[in-house]
Amino acid sequence: MNLLLVAPLLVPLAGGVLALLVRRPAAERAVGVGSALALLAVAVALFTVALEQGYATSQMGEWPVPYGITLVLDRLAATMLLVTAVLAVAVTLNSLGGADTRGRHFHALVQFQLLGVNGAFLTGDLFNLFVFFEVLLIASYALLMHGARPERTVATVHVMVLNLLGSTLFLVAVGCIYSAAGSLNLADLAERAAALPADREGLWRAGAWLLVVVFALKAALLPLGFWLPSAYAAADGTVAALFAILTKVGVVAILRTGTLLFGDVGLEPVVLALAIATLALGAIGMMAARRLAQLAAYAVVLSVGTLLIAVGLSTQASVAAAVYYLMQGTVATAGLFLIAERVGLLRGASADRLVPAGEIRGRLALPLAFLVTAIAIAGLPPFGGFIAKIALLDAAADAGRAAWVFPVVLLTTLAAIVALARAGSLLFWKSASGVGRDEPPGRVAGATAAGLGIGTLVLAASPLVFYAGAAMDHAHATAAQLLDPAAYVRAVHAGDPTREEP
Amino acid sequence: MPEAGPARRPLAIDADREFEALLLATIVLLPFLLMLLPAAFERLRLSPALGAGLVALAAALPLAWLAPAVLGGGTVLASVEWVPVLGLELAFRLDGLSMLFVGLILGIGLLVILYAHYYLSDEDRNGRFFAYLLAFMGAMLGVVTSDNLLLLVVFWELTSLTSFLLIGFWRGAAEARQGARLALLITGAGGLALLAGVLLIGDIVGTYSLGAVLASGDAIRADPRYPLVLALVLAGAFTKSAQFPFHFWLPHAMAAPTPVSAYLHSATMVKAGIFLLMRLWPALAGTDAWFWAVSTTGLVTMLFAAWVALFKHDLKGLLAYSTVSQLGLIMLLLGLGTPYAELAALFHLLNHAVFKASLFMAAGIVDHETGTRDMRRLSGLARQMPITAALATVACGAMAGVPLLNGFLSKEMFFAQTFGIGTAQWVWLLPAAATLGGLLSVAYSARFVHDVFFGAPAGDLPRKPHEPPRFMRVPVEILVVTCLLVGLAPALTIEPVLRFATPALLQGPLPEFTLAIWHGFNLPLAMSAIALLGGIGLYAWRRGQGALSRDHAARLSGKQLVESAMDGLREACAVLGDALERGGLRLSIVTFLIASLAVGYAGFAGTWPEATLSPGGVPAMTWVAASILVVATLATVGFHRERMAAVVAIGVVGLLVSVTFVKFSAPDLALTQLLVEVITVLLFLLAMYFLPARSPREGGVARRSVDALLSLAAGGGVAALTYAMLLSPPDTISHFFNAAAKPEGGGYNVVNVILVDFRALDTLGEITVLGIAALGVVAMLDGARLGGPLADSEGRPWTSQRQSLFLQVMSRPLLPMALLVSLYLLLRGHNLPGGGFIGGLVTATAIVVQYLAWGTAWVDQRLTVRYLAVAASGIAIAAVTGLAAIGVGAPFLTSTFGYFTGPVVGTFELASAMVFDLGVYVAVVGVVLAILATIGRQHVVVDKA
Repeated sequence: MNLLLVAPLLVPLAGGVLALLVRRPAAERAVGVGSALALLAVAVALFTVALEQGYATSQMGEWPVPYGITLVLDRLAATMLLVTAVLAVAVTLNSLGGADTRGRHFHALVQFQLLGVNGAFLTGDLFNLFVFFEVLLIASYALLMHGARPERTVATVHVMVLNLLGSTLFLVAVGCIYSAAGSLNLADLAERAAALPADREGLWRAGAWLLVVVFALKAALLPLGFWLPSAYAAADGTVAALFAILTKVGVVAILRTGTLLFGDVGLEPVVLALAIATLALGAIGMMAARRLAQLAAYAVVLSVGTLLIAVGLSTQASVAAAVYYLMQGTVATAGLFLIAERVGLLRGASADRLVPAGEIRGRLALPLAFLVTAIAIAGLPPFGGFIAKIALLDAAADAGRAAWVFPVVLLTTLAAIVALARAGSLLFWKSASGVGRDEPPGRVAGATAAGLGIGTLVLAASPLVFYAGAAMDHAHATAAQLLDPAAYVRAVHAGDPTREEP
Repeated sequence: MPEAGPARRPLAIDADREFEALLLATIVLLPFLLMLLPAAFERLRLSPALGAGLVALAAALPLAWLAPAVLGGGTVLASVEWVPVLGLELAFRLDGLSMLFVGLILGIGLLVILYAHYYLSDEDRNGRFFAYLLAFMGAMLGVVTSDNLLLLVVFWELTSLTSFLLIGFWRGAAEARQGARLALLITGAGGLALLAGVLLIGDIVGTYSLGAVLASGDAIRADPRYPLVLALVLAGAFTKSAQFPFHFWLPHAMAAPTPVSAYLHSATMVKAGIFLLMRLWPALAGTDAWFWAVSTTGLVTMLFAAWVALFKHDLKGLLAYSTVSQLGLIMLLLGLGTPYAELAALFHLLNHAVFKASLFMAAGIVDHETGTRDMRRLSGLARQMPITAALATVACGAMAGVPLLNGFLSKEMFFAQTFGIGTAQWVWLLPAAATLGGLLSVAYSARFVHDVFFGAPAGDLPRKPHEPPRFMRVPVEILVVTCLLVGLAPALTIEPVLRFATPALLQGPLPEFTLAIWHGFNLPLAMSAIALLGGIGLYAWRRGQGALSRDHAARLSGKQLVESAMDGLREACAVLGDALERGGLRLSIVTFLIASLAVGYAGFAGTWPEATLSPGGVPAMTWVAASILVVATLATVGFHRERMAAVVAIGVVGLLVSVTFVKFSAPDLALTQLLVEVITVLLFLLAMYFLPARSPREGGVARRSVDALLSLAAGGGVAALTYAMLLSPPDTISHFFNAAAKPEGGGYNVVNVILVDFRALDTLGEITVLGIAALGVVAMLDGARLGGPLADSEGRPWTSQRQSLFLQVMSRPLLPMALLVSLYLLLRGHNLPGGGFIGGLVTATAIVVQYLAWGTAWVDQRLTVRYLAVAASGIAIAAVTGLAAIGVGAPFLTSTFGYFTGPVVGTFELASAMVFDLGVYVAVVGVVLAILATIGRQHVVVDKA
């Protein structure tokens, strides 16, 4: 278990280091693909561990519990690792079509990005979470610049400056929490929070709320999410697909600290209200999008809004809806980015702009993939988006928030349908009507890679439909586990190497 | 849904039932599973229509097995769990009502497939067409057989989606694309409303299972949310069944290939709304709200659409509006709410499906053979295509309610149902309106027949008309013969069907009824007579006036309204989105700071910890240092436009921070800070070469004032929190590190033991961050060409004297000494100030000095190692050290240490953590050199340029 639990960190670390050490591009690719596949295997193994045992922990350096860093695997972490690994495989395969040669060191950067994401999901330590946030952020800056273009430089500067501020605030918040409760270990903090001296509650709450601000910035919750659409739309499509997981890191961090530490600091109504606004912004942006990648970027905003509504409702059913949606929404939005990239390549000069242009000739798979992805993103049956939507609405009704949530969710769904139907009709239908302006390039390489990438995502999402019952049961079990912080604390203590046998 | 979840029905009670359930599920799922068969047939150079037909036949086969049970009054159920927590299951029910609809969908489906085989040209991608058609068929079968309301919504939305694909099938045509999107918008919106309604029903009843819902009518009607539920369900039904004011998508859906119009937009999909209301009739009907909402909508739709139909020139346009009108008639019957009216509604629905499908097919034949559907151009076709003309005439007769045809019977029932509704003085209103509706339907039917098939032969048709292929007519013939059979011998044909289907609709006993051609002279007959004569009269009169050939530019088109609303919405969205994106970095920072301030302030809420430390007794030197720190920080801000001055000022800040570390006995941190300062300054200098010496002033005074206030507030906030932290020492875990560093970590230097042992994972992460930063710089700059200025900001050219001789002389002996020092720092780090970070920084600085003294090319020639690889190796060394622990069964990064005695050196300590620290050292060296050398090489590029 010691090895398996650090494997999600070691595999991408080794992958990144190896990709730097080898010199031939082909070897770099082999390292990238091999590492992604290995990560998938590790994630599957850990997923089964989480299903069977509920928790698994490892104390780094064999130091006792509050002092050493704890890695904690629970159902949520295992689920997110799996989603990340799927994304890693899809993105890496897709990049073989040429995206990885549009800039340097693509595979190494992807691996380091994965290291940060996996670490953020696994860690049971607040400061260590900060460190992994730094890892994933700095990798994301470099990836955002991948395939240098002016708009990417601008976007990178924005994201970098903003996240430096975010990291500073993270440290301030950690300082508040440490000075209020005197620990960094999440399980230990959860225990200390219960017995906090009254005069330290102000610092504790300030730290807790500031942390939510930091996580909300990563998650792109309104009004902290203005940076996301232009950055994701500017990024290389393959990179943007990988970025689909980054906002989810913020959401998971809110979910994790919210259930474990800040169960009673009462920020949920605020999160709920802002999430509803975020959802609306996502829909507005999708309606107004001028490029398919921009539409996909706003679809990310839409998915963040949906997720955080579920988090803000904070019932077991709503958290379960969030967990299910985490799986399906991430994969779907990533898919749309990959499709946008492919469409852009196939249409030549018009790229993925939503204007009539030359026909995308003789390709059935791409429109079909778009159709499936669009249905999943809009949340229409029969795919996972619809099931997630029912789960969310159902939970909202049970929580007595139907009057708030129903209209917004249903209207934004309609807006998403309109936006996606318009985009699809423009790209795949209108372009066929001969009104196009420019001739598309003849043969565009990378069809196989794109097919593998997009196919991986579709394949990965299919169990969410065919085994939706089991997936939803898993989501409920995950939610139940999250809402039982005492079990988390027990599990961490049980993994303490210096624990005296009772 | 409550946690208890829905009642989970066992899959089947006995083997026989299980087989029945399987057959039932097959009917719905087969079209989906085999939807690619037509495409496969196309590949094999077989007719894709044949493939589709086989699938439809195969789906119909199980019906033969199940029919006896249903005819005997039974209900076949099938259910498989899908998402039990949500109450969503794959549950199907076959009772009288659903079997009738299944028959309708499959029967007309087969005829449409046969028809489409002739209608579509070979250039169309027929395999794709029939795949869509089969998917639609499956969705429609799902709607009518769902035994779970959520599942019904699933299939409901699938019909919207497949309809979208089918309407847009001729994707090159703008009308097709717009019509498809319009239909998806309207019916999709209705579907979402229906979803909300169904979720509310589930909340009220506790399950989505149809049987339970139908049995809970009283509870639903008594619930305070009933009006909302009704409104939402009706929104779904009215949009799908094209009721006013949502009707306008249907005429635009006529851009679809005609088989689609015949199938979806007359016989099946538009009936889904009516089916839904029939299905939910026991649960929702029987209230005033139902009566008024449904019957008024139906009445208005019937009259309005019939009037519009009369003035359409496009054959399919006329048929579309007549469909809307006839759906309004059925809706009106449903609204009346009596069991007999329900029966009449069901009867008319069947009749309409039969005659309207045949009329669409006839219109398609006319279009196919003449090349136009414009009734102003068409005329006298009866001569060239007499059989088609005869068929269309009979079908139109049925639509108009001519005696001896099926439409007559159901219309008579409709008329009979309109009496006695409303208060005394308004009791005439409904019969009058019904008669008017009948009259208009006669008029547009007359127009269809007379304009197209009679009169003088048309001259200028795009194609020379003739009869269609023999088998293209067969579906029409079958449907028209059905019209006749039902009309002539209702008791033998349709009456048994209605007798077994209606009880399932009503969930109650069948009302008394008889079907006969002749009921004697009575009021309904009189109304029929008025309608027939008046309708023909109206047609003749309007035609005589030339009113029918004028262009009727739509005064208020729903489509335009929706499209301009959508355009407006998109514009507004774009304006808002652009505004937010234009806000750019400043908007993001401002909102972030305001959010942090607000949230931090609200969270802290002035709860100061009890002060146990006194702020008094601060020595004067501390005040001086603090003052310099503040001044230097302010100077950095003040000079930020003068880059060089700002770098100097921020250097002072860094220096003072180092001094602070010294003051508080943290030599490691002080050393690190100092070295980082050195390297940062170098980095600044290298980068600033490419930047203008001054940056422009940003924004006016107002904006800068806001920024200043916000910055002060943010700084004040952090200061306040820090002050709060310092008021009293918290009970923290730090005592452990002090206590355990030597006995358990093997080092006196607590900071170093924390870095390389207690929290080694953090350190591994941080050196990886450094590595990635270097990687990012290399990835960005390697191969890039930054244009640098050839002169400084005052216009003086840069010196050509590249290296300083003095520096060169000094740097030679410096290198080995510095390397030795750094090695010493590294090795002693575990116990004394030093360690990997510091050692690495010293080494890197020494090598950077060589670069400065001798130039990039000179050093690169002698130091051929790739710095990125060095950085990567460092990370690898640290990670592998940690991994070694796992080999002996300990967790990652577990360290060990021991004391060894050797010659000369005496007793010394070796700790595995020191290897980890070596990794840190190597990584830091690699990172610093990779970054500085990469940027430095840019200068070489500039020089050569």
